[in-house]
Amino acid sequence: MAMKIGNKPFKERVSDGIDDQFMRGAVSSAQGRFRSGRLNAAEELGNWEDWRKLGEEIRSHTIENLDFYLEQLSENVIKRGGHVFFAETAEEANDYITNVVKQKNGKKVVKSKSMVTEEINMNEALEKAGCEVIESDLGEWILQVDDHDPPSHIVTPALHKNKEQIRDVFRDKLGYDKTEKPEELALFAREKLREEFLQADIGITGCNFAIAESGTISLVTNEGNARMVTTIPKTQITVMGMERIVPTWEEMEVLVSLLTRAAVGQKLTSYITGLTGPKQEGEVDGPEEFHLVIVDNGRSKILGTAFQSILHCIRCAACINVCPVYRHVGGHSYGSIYPGPVGAVLSPLLGGYDEFKELPYASTLCAACTEACPVKIPLHEHLLRHRQEIVEKEGKAPVFENLSMKAFSLGTASPAMYNIGSKLAPTALGAFAKDDKISDGPGPLKNWTEIRDFPAPKKDRFRDLYKKRKKERGE
Amino acid sequence: MKVSLFVTCLIDIFQTDVGLDTMELLERLGCEVDFPEKQTCCGQPAYNSGYVDKAKESMKHMINVFENADYVVTPSGSCGTMFREYPHIFKGDPVWEDRAKRLADKTYELTQFIVDVLGVEDVGAKLNATATYHTSCHMTRLLGVTEAPMKLLSNVAGLEMKSLPHNYNCCGFGGTFSVKMTAISEQMVDEKVQSVEETGADILIGADCGCLMNIGGRIDRQGKPIKVMHIASVLNSR
Repeated sequence: MAMKIGNKPFKERVSDGIDDQFMRGAVSSAQGRFRSGRLNAAEELGNWEDWRKLGEEIRSHTIENLDFYLEQLSENVIKRGGHVFFAETAEEANDYITNVVKQKNGKKVVKSKSMVTEEINMNEALEKAGCEVIESDLGEWILQVDDHDPPSHIVTPALHKNKEQIRDVFRDKLGYDKTEKPEELALFAREKLREEFLQADIGITGCNFAIAESGTISLVTNEGNARMVTTIPKTQITVMGMERIVPTWEEMEVLVSLLTRAAVGQKLTSYITGLTGPKQEGEVDGPEEFHLVIVDNGRSKILGTAFQSILHCIRCAACINVCPVYRHVGGHSYGSIYPGPVGAVLSPLLGGYDEFKELPYASTLCAACTEACPVKIPLHEHLLRHRQEIVEKEGKAPVFENLSMKAFSLGTASPAMYNIGSKLAPTALGAFAKDDKISDGPGPLKNWTEIRDFPAPKKDRFRDLYKKRKKERGE
Repeated sequence: MKVSLFVTCLIDIFQTDVGLDTMELLERLGCEVDFPEKQTCCGQPAYNSGYVDKAKESMKHMINVFENADYVVTPSGSCGTMFREYPHIFKGDPVWEDRAKRLADKTYELTQFIVDVLGVEDVGAKLNATATYHTSCHMTRLLGVTEAPMKLLSNVAGLEMKSLPHNYNCCGFGGTFSVKMTAISEQMVDEKVQSVEETGADILIGADCGCLMNIGGRIDRQGKPIKVMHIASVLNSR
């Protein structure tokens, strides 16, 4: 599955999302839990705003010096006997990974959760090469079992499914015969996954933060599955977006604390795994061979632009969890594996405006995302910046809108024009008004009045009343 | 104290009563209120749609209009936020950045001005009703005004305030969003109306005409018995 999901046009996707009452129920209840969890975890830590500021400084420093830290990371991984590959494109990354798997004669790959492998469509590339790929994150596994249903959230990918739906997926696809109790569902998944772990030749992980000073990959999970992926198979491949890096363990500690609190309201997740290269002499655990694939896939083009701070993202999904648009349309409506505010900023940058030009407009600019972001990315400002690019640089604005905005500019930059325009409004709209309300408006008002009434313009504007009042008072 | 009223285009054309209430309220609190007649719109509709160059023309005009004001007060958190954003928008402009900053520094949303500048928390208003308050997004998150309206409302005699569930969620207005993404906007405003209904309040109060036009327009369409009032009108009730 590549970054883009589905082929339906935006409006249809949104309408499917709005009609999916199960999904919307699941999303609004999850948003409630995540929101209170995040606020409680922030309060418990104390000085949340200072921590956010520190998080922002760390991310901004790291991305400013990305070339330096990537080189340091790479040197340290090689020093410990690992292999490093810089992939400029998705194809390059997939070719490298497929080759490693082929060389090892790998038949079965187990992997832990990774958004970048979704982005580059790695599973499909490996499957084409004759390899079986098993997702081991519970949410991802549910989706995989359900005929590769796409993820709808970057932290909890199966958020759009409730427990009854999950029971049905297990029953229909795997012959599950127990209830929808989460404990029973999890136990079933665990038994199935254990078998897979024991048979796998290759383990593939994503990466939450790579630590440059030691060449370590850190993984943050609640299920312990990443630890199984990195200890049982003899060969391990880690795929990371090129921005997922920190200078030292000290910064890693700060960011993990921000990540787990902002994502799920936890002080720490159950497992934080640090892996430094392949198994060394005298060590008991770990893979015999380790490959780190660092993926660019459009990221370096964002460096040095006004959008650079989107590379600060630590993939906590706090912005998604507070987004009032995501709340009603769900993740699949975005048509990208990166949904919500972060997806609306990132998807057009990585995948282009042709594919994702509606996303920056799927926001009221309410700034709930910006307020929630633990590393202070001004997400709503980036959405605005996208709109500006689409209009002013790409010239892709709708013709009617362009004309309206020209008229707006003329009418508001000159008091004389404004005066005439606002004076004419009651006459122009008079035919549509009834009892001071317009219920079926013309032109741009049509969409408004489809669902709500619009106030009729007043015969006397405030400025007219002001003048009258002044006169009456003899001023 | 001399105050220049920035009434906003929505109030000038559609909600004239709110403008009059704002003026009377400020006068009652001892301000000398002036309405610079050349004012138009803050430029937000164009700015938020990505037409930054076009919006700048309106912005420059507004900077000129309010150049000589001591204080600029506006009964809209969103339009007030827009003025406060001007220096950011004209950043690096040798002529306009400084002028934009001077305007931003003297601009206040109405309740913010009453509480923070005039130091008044009880305006002596009276209104026998049960009400709930919609915290508009730009006013709370970008302008940072959260407590002033609640303080003022808590001192209105006879007014019982109910808290609004999910008050942090946007009402679905978002300027051109409301007409570009009507289907999504409808779901958002419906949830908002439902939350307002759950409070059992007779009146929904807000400090932004955009949000109130959206929520109120939906309430009217559905024929619900909820009255929508701008906070200036509540505070000017006697």
